[in-house]
Amino acid sequence: MADFERETTSMAIPLLKRRLILIEELQLIDEVNCHDSLIGQKTLIIITKTTGRYFKMLRNLILMLLGAVIGITGVVATTPVVEADEQFIPMLVYRTGPYAPSGIPVANGFRDYYTMINNRDGGINGVKITFEECETEYNTKLGVECYEKLKNKGSTGASLVNPFSTGITYQLIPKASVDEVPILSMGYGRTAAADGRVFKWVFNFPTTYWSQASAFIRYVAQQEGGEKNLKGKKIAHVYHNSAYGKEANPTLQALSKKYGYELVLLAVDHPGQEQKATWLQIRRAKPDWVFMSGWGVMNQVAIKEAASIRYPMDHFVGNWWSGSDADVVPAAAGAKGYKSATFHSPTSDYPVHSDIIKHVYGGDMSKAKKNSFGEVLYNRTIVNAMFAVEAIRTAQAKYGNRALTGAEVRWGLENLNITENRLKEMGMEGFTKPVKVSCSDHETGGPIIIQQWDGSKWNIVSDWVSPIREVVRPMVEKAAAAYATENGIKPRSC
Amino acid sequence: MLYRETGQFKISYAADQSVFPIAQDRWFVSLIIVVAIFVIPVLASEYLLQAVMIPLLIFSLAAIGLNLLVGYAGQLSLGTGGFMAVGAYMTYKLTTAFPDINIIIVFLLAGLIAAFVGLIFGIPSLRIKGFYLAVATLASQFFLLWMFNKVAWFYNYNSSGTITAPPREMFGVVITGPMASAETRYLVTLFIVIIFAFIAKNLVRGRLGRSWMAVRDMDIAAEIIGIRPFQTKLIAFAVSSFYCGLAGAMMVFLWLGSAETEAFSINESFNVLFMIIIGGLGSILGSFLGATFIVGLPIFLTNAPQLVGLSMPIDMQKHIEIMMFGSLIIFFLIVEPHGLARLWQILKEKLRLWPFPY
Repeated sequence: MADFERETTSMAIPLLKRRLILIEELQLIDEVNCHDSLIGQKTLIIITKTTGRYFKMLRNLILMLLGAVIGITGVVATTPVVEADEQFIPMLVYRTGPYAPSGIPVANGFRDYYTMINNRDGGINGVKITFEECETEYNTKLGVECYEKLKNKGSTGASLVNPFSTGITYQLIPKASVDEVPILSMGYGRTAAADGRVFKWVFNFPTTYWSQASAFIRYVAQQEGGEKNLKGKKIAHVYHNSAYGKEANPTLQALSKKYGYELVLLAVDHPGQEQKATWLQIRRAKPDWVFMSGWGVMNQVAIKEAASIRYPMDHFVGNWWSGSDADVVPAAAGAKGYKSATFHSPTSDYPVHSDIIKHVYGGDMSKAKKNSFGEVLYNRTIVNAMFAVEAIRTAQAKYGNRALTGAEVRWGLENLNITENRLKEMGMEGFTKPVKVSCSDHETGGPIIIQQWDGSKWNIVSDWVSPIREVVRPMVEKAAAAYATENGIKPRSC
Repeated sequence: MLYRETGQFKISYAADQSVFPIAQDRWFVSLIIVVAIFVIPVLASEYLLQAVMIPLLIFSLAAIGLNLLVGYAGQLSLGTGGFMAVGAYMTYKLTTAFPDINIIIVFLLAGLIAAFVGLIFGIPSLRIKGFYLAVATLASQFFLLWMFNKVAWFYNYNSSGTITAPPREMFGVVITGPMASAETRYLVTLFIVIIFAFIAKNLVRGRLGRSWMAVRDMDIAAEIIGIRPFQTKLIAFAVSSFYCGLAGAMMVFLWLGSAETEAFSINESFNVLFMIIIGGLGSILGSFLGATFIVGLPIFLTNAPQLVGLSMPIDMQKHIEIMMFGSLIIFFLIVEPHGLARLWQILKEKLRLWPFPY
């Protein structure tokens, strides 16, 4: 935001000036009206002159102060006005706190993609997108507060919510069906929500933690030369000790029984700045592969620690939330060779990117770079925002080109079908994989791909690896059924 | 002129011993309660109820609990978050195991279990005092959270370790779970808090409260006049943990809807401790004032720029909020080290003399 300082100042100052002058004039008129007599007016003019001078001084003082504040902070003196036919999307972001390294590119990505759609196409089929950010610090309590604050904004309320936090997603899942606001938790949140029969309002395509963990095991098998070679291998899972980090554990355990590898589970407590003990344990256990579910500061620390115990980096694989630029840069050369899963390309040379540069930043590449343009998480958010926009577009095909309610957008999410052709139209051919959501399958079990950090950028180093569906799907259905009985939900039939 | 007790004669012992001996206080508190019950649920938006009022009441209850222990009995504790977690996880276990038991009874049972846990962690208080005791109770905070994270039985073996409030009814109205309206949850919270605030108020005026204060002020002297420090301190721990456990249960079931151990982290313990320090140690009113300050102020500061029509980058707003909040805490502690409750007391004394101070 710091880059907008100059513009906002030049924009804001005249606005403020005009406002203050208006106030001054109003007061003059008011006072003149009160006194009809000539003498009164004369004295009044003197009074107003002096008060006018006083006001001017005051105004200058206020302007100076405001100018200083604006100069320092980049305050924008415009409030977003939500008009009738605008699609409102709430944005729960975290630009502060220990998770800010991950949160900032995410927040910027959403903002830029929606702005690009508004500037390039004039919105989705003419319906402008409006959005408002609310700071959550990745804290579930603040997340719920933000959700409550934003869910009824806009002409039709929130169209869908992207919590970008598994903890907050967990909190919002029960509320979604009551408030009729669909949740798009793209590749995070509650894995069991992949069963659309129980979780009507929650979507976690293109793939989930469990699918990802199984795909990771398949990738390891490929590297080790076949599934039979997994037997006797030791795989460690370093995870954030929260609902998020624990998600992959059941799958890794189930697969460990199936393939006979030894699983070492190592929890790292929030926020993850202290990991000496964890990596000592890894040094002692000498696992063949380390899989990590980290977020925010935890990633940087883990990669640094791994480098310091000289763990072979090409056997250290993060999940897709542990593989952005902010995670590897602090470890410098030590991070070279570190791998992570992803489901889209890490590069930013697709037509959609040039559209963002053109329509959001007016061709200013350096400014875009300062706004996390091109980082892995930024790219991922582009995919996420694209899903949201396309879901609204799909729903518009059924309900007409107007601002849609959450319930209508939910239909759009459930009937979302992004084909290879559509990706090409949007300038994302090869950027990510096609997705087709259905009523019973909110996950679609999309494949993952492994990227590797070469010291300066991420490169794709594997083919698309598909998850082990036959193991994951029954587990999803079992977990969803348990949730349904616990909360008295009657599954839909699809 | 408006606020003075002149002319209010007590003609019975009961009247003399009433909770609020001055008629104006009685009216004022009744007015607040009437407004809280009848006006707020009608006028307040869902956001105000869900994000401000319910957490404010729940943290008030937790603050009362900690105030009994720290403010009245003088035993410094940092285990509040842990005891709140006991209440929450026990409510979850009990209500999923016995879905037919009324949820309010489950709350109370969970509170009793929390009281028992508090009793055990209170044992060291006989030997160690002050800051050393705070460190000992810190152990309970970490141990309890570790246990709820580690032992899958506490969260019914689900994969994420999250507990979720299932829907529970009372008199045909859903009061927990996602289907419960914010108004219902607010009213249930309010009734529980009113009842337990009155119990606490009476507790500290009675024999038990007096013995707590005696132990707080000088435990050797208290022992000499016949108060058993061991029992007194343990009862303080038990009662305090009961309140905290109840607040923890309400936090998950009436406010958040679901939670993991992170919701009861050491930060919550500190928050509740700050509430009673800012509100006023050894004051029930102070617990409410402190909770209002700590819960309400950040929300007010977050929304204030928008209320005056300024919109600024969200991260900047958050940083300003943190700075303002910190400076306000320092300001209040310098202006009135005895807390907001003391300010209220001074105000009352001034009111008594008004408009002819001498």
